Amino acid sequence: MFDYESMRLVWWALLGILLIGFAVMDGFDLGAAMLLPFVGKTDDERRVVINTVGPVWEGNQVWFILGGGAIFAAWPTLYAVAFSGFYLAMFLILCALILRPVAFKFRSKVPNPTWRSIWDWALFVAGTVPSLVFGVAFGNVILGVPFRFDDTMRMTYEGTLFGLLNPFALLCGLVSVAMLAMHGGAWLAMKAADPVAARAATIARGAGILMILLFAAAGLWTAFGIDGYRIMGAMAHDGPSNPLFKQVTRVAGGWMANYRAFPATIAAPLLAILGTAATVALLGGRHSIPALLTSGLGVAGVIATAGLAVFPFLLPSSLDPKASLTVWDSSSSHHTLVIMLGVTVVFLPIILLYTAWVYRILRGRVTIAYVIGNKSSTY
Amino acid sequence: MNIDMDVVQLSRLQFGLTALYHFLFVPLTLGLAVLLGIMESVYVMTGREIWKQMTRFWGLLFGINFAMGVATGITMEFQFGMNWAYYSHYVGDIFGAPLAIEGLMAFFLEATFIGLFFFGWDRLSKQAHLAVTWLVALGSNLSALWILIANGWMQNPVGARFNPDTMRMEVTDFMAVLFNPVAQAKFVHTVSAGYVTGAVFVLSISAFYLLRGRHVELAIRSMTVAASFGLASALSVVVLGDESGYTAGENQKMKIAAIESMWETEPAPASFTIFGLPNQALHRTDYELRVPWMLGLIATRSIDKKVPGINELVAEAGQRVRSGLVAHAALETLRTDRANTAARTRLSEHGADLGYALLLRKIRPDIANAAEADVQAAAWSTVPAVSPLFWSFRIMVGLGFFFIALFTLAFYLASARKLRAYPLFLKIAMCSLPLPWIAAELGWIVAEVGRQPWVIDGVLPTFLAVSSLSAGNVLTTLIGFIGFYSALLVVDIYLMIKTVRLGPDVFAPE
Repeated sequence: MFDYESMRLVWWALLGILLIGFAVMDGFDLGAAMLLPFVGKTDDERRVVINTVGPVWEGNQVWFILGGGAIFAAWPTLYAVAFSGFYLAMFLILCALILRPVAFKFRSKVPNPTWRSIWDWALFVAGTVPSLVFGVAFGNVILGVPFRFDDTMRMTYEGTLFGLLNPFALLCGLVSVAMLAMHGGAWLAMKAADPVAARAATIARGAGILMILLFAAAGLWTAFGIDGYRIMGAMAHDGPSNPLFKQVTRVAGGWMANYRAFPATIAAPLLAILGTAATVALLGGRHSIPALLTSGLGVAGVIATAGLAVFPFLLPSSLDPKASLTVWDSSSSHHTLVIMLGVTVVFLPIILLYTAWVYRILRGRVTIAYVIGNKSSTY
Repeated sequence: MNIDMDVVQLSRLQFGLTALYHFLFVPLTLGLAVLLGIMESVYVMTGREIWKQMTRFWGLLFGINFAMGVATGITMEFQFGMNWAYYSHYVGDIFGAPLAIEGLMAFFLEATFIGLFFFGWDRLSKQAHLAVTWLVALGSNLSALWILIANGWMQNPVGARFNPDTMRMEVTDFMAVLFNPVAQAKFVHTVSAGYVTGAVFVLSISAFYLLRGRHVELAIRSMTVAASFGLASALSVVVLGDESGYTAGENQKMKIAAIESMWETEPAPASFTIFGLPNQALHRTDYELRVPWMLGLIATRSIDKKVPGINELVAEAGQRVRSGLVAHAALETLRTDRANTAARTRLSEHGADLGYALLLRKIRPDIANAAEADVQAAAWSTVPAVSPLFWSFRIMVGLGFFFIALFTLAFYLASARKLRAYPLFLKIAMCSLPLPWIAAELGWIVAEVGRQPWVIDGVLPTFLAVSSLSAGNVLTTLIGFIGFYSALLVVDIYLMIKTVRLGPDVFAPE
């Protein structure tokens, strides 16, 4: 069971789990930052929003960093191609994700209203830009990305930042923005006190309905308007990680092949839609704790839908399809995958345990009275 | 394959600046986390409120600094892929693992518990909160361990082999990567340097308060803790720095020779040059002032082993370029004929020198036809820039001894309860604030400039490691980072000063 093929499959699943961990945990911070100017009308209300994520954003941000580290360790070719290819887009994400923690920390240190207003909008931008760009990046993965390798495995990317901003990818970006706005809204509905919570619930319901519509539109577009990719002939699943050893062709509607071949995988898009619909319904009745859970499931469903559609591809190349990165030819060596699995199996449960403990200690709603009474120890 | 040297220079500049910038926040996090743990331990043991006030006040400054460290660390995690794609492909199999383990084992720990440090005072028992503080300190120290295991492997790439099928380095012995002597030596040296930074920070801000006669009780206690912790750390940073020099003497001989600007191999034991003007063009050092025996003792811990000079090491590098060309030719054969076992054998025999042949890429594109003059040029390109190393090293070491003197004095005055008796000492202590940062940044320069022209010592030249980006794109992000980071630094320092001016009274016991 520790053979190379299985290890690659396990690390494909772990990649998905880490991305979902990031989208669920850091996603509600991003969403809350996105909603900040709209759900908080006064300074105290905005401090309520910020202090719901105040004690946990650092830990949540680590999901992003761990995602980067794990891709580097387990899928080094993907790490190299994706981040150098999406160079300027990555720069935008980095700037936003640097601005965000700093804005949390700095905003309430100075009472001046202009100062605070600037940081509030900085938080809005820092929440919205990554949400949009991540979605755009996913959209481009589905479309294929223009890169190729020379025979020393040096990658050349022939796209531009504006090439990434095509209609389909922008649609995916909007799916992501709507999804995280819903998720952030659900978080605030659970964690903040009224009136912030009530406003957040309303926005989250609207965002959820929008997300279902946009998600369905992106799905139809993928099925009928986009060529998928398929590996031609047999390919060893335990061969050396060299993407140039295979042949790949483009197939109309090819991204639906997995769903046709394995109907059980349709559970993923169903989870995305039903999880979101349940969130909308539960928030209508202000059942905020189950709503946050179903919202998280919806987020997981969206990511799983994309991952299953393109499997075994990780990053298809539109320029030279045979250079596409797949699960079978862009991983680390067998040895590294086994070691990293061992480390992950030990530490991921420990992380989940202490994270749960921290959230338990911090349970309860953040109220206006609390942020007024604890000016020196809150944001 | 064409490498755009502008992209190489811009990428190096960007990586260097963002790493130096990130490294402004890391040492203080390392040191202050432990100091917070010590202060809060005293609070829990004695129950005296002033120690809680100290923990919360220094914690506030810690928090501002930590946020900047987290924020700028994100850049580091992704920049390998963004700007150094070929590097990421070539060594990701080994280098990625410690980075990922750092996230799993260390960074999650410190980042998850730091929220409770700030927000948990009223929600946790004293003992539980103390445990949280120590977990933050443990996380930040473990974080440094894994990052330095990664960095140590760049300096001394053990436990890995080139795989011609995947065209990259792959791990053969993970334990060797983990217990790399260079990594271990760097870890203890870097962490001690962080402790010194934390101690100087507390010492000089406390000195400022004492000079103004403000918050005297808190300042005296803080200074006492900083003095004892700082003295132990300053001693260990120098002793362990010596350990670092010894392992470099074993594993990175060119770095030692360049730091010393030592061109010829001397009879053992070699002398140490205290002053001199390195002359890279003429391969000599002008106006030398030497201390006999000292270098031999530091680098070899013996009186009979030689420390090789630059000229001798260049001659060795020439041999390795020639051997690397054999490996390169075998690799060319394998590219068209993967089943050729003779070529595989030749590659495994000479594979360790493949990187030296790659140095030729900068000199001519068809390296198979390299002439003797090209080999010589490649061999000479293994010498890093001598002057910056020579001077950075000497200033760093000088500062190290200054910290020992400063903390010895502070420790004596604190024990004799005379901290307020010597305003001159307090002024010196206050003005020392920037020095640990200067020493830490220079230490980074010695380690990383000394590694050039390699990104992975002996394995991959830096100029080959870049992404295929346009110079315009890299210039855009470089300017973006400089502008963005400078603005953040201004705000950060403004808030630090504001917090210090405001003082600890907000946390005074009711």
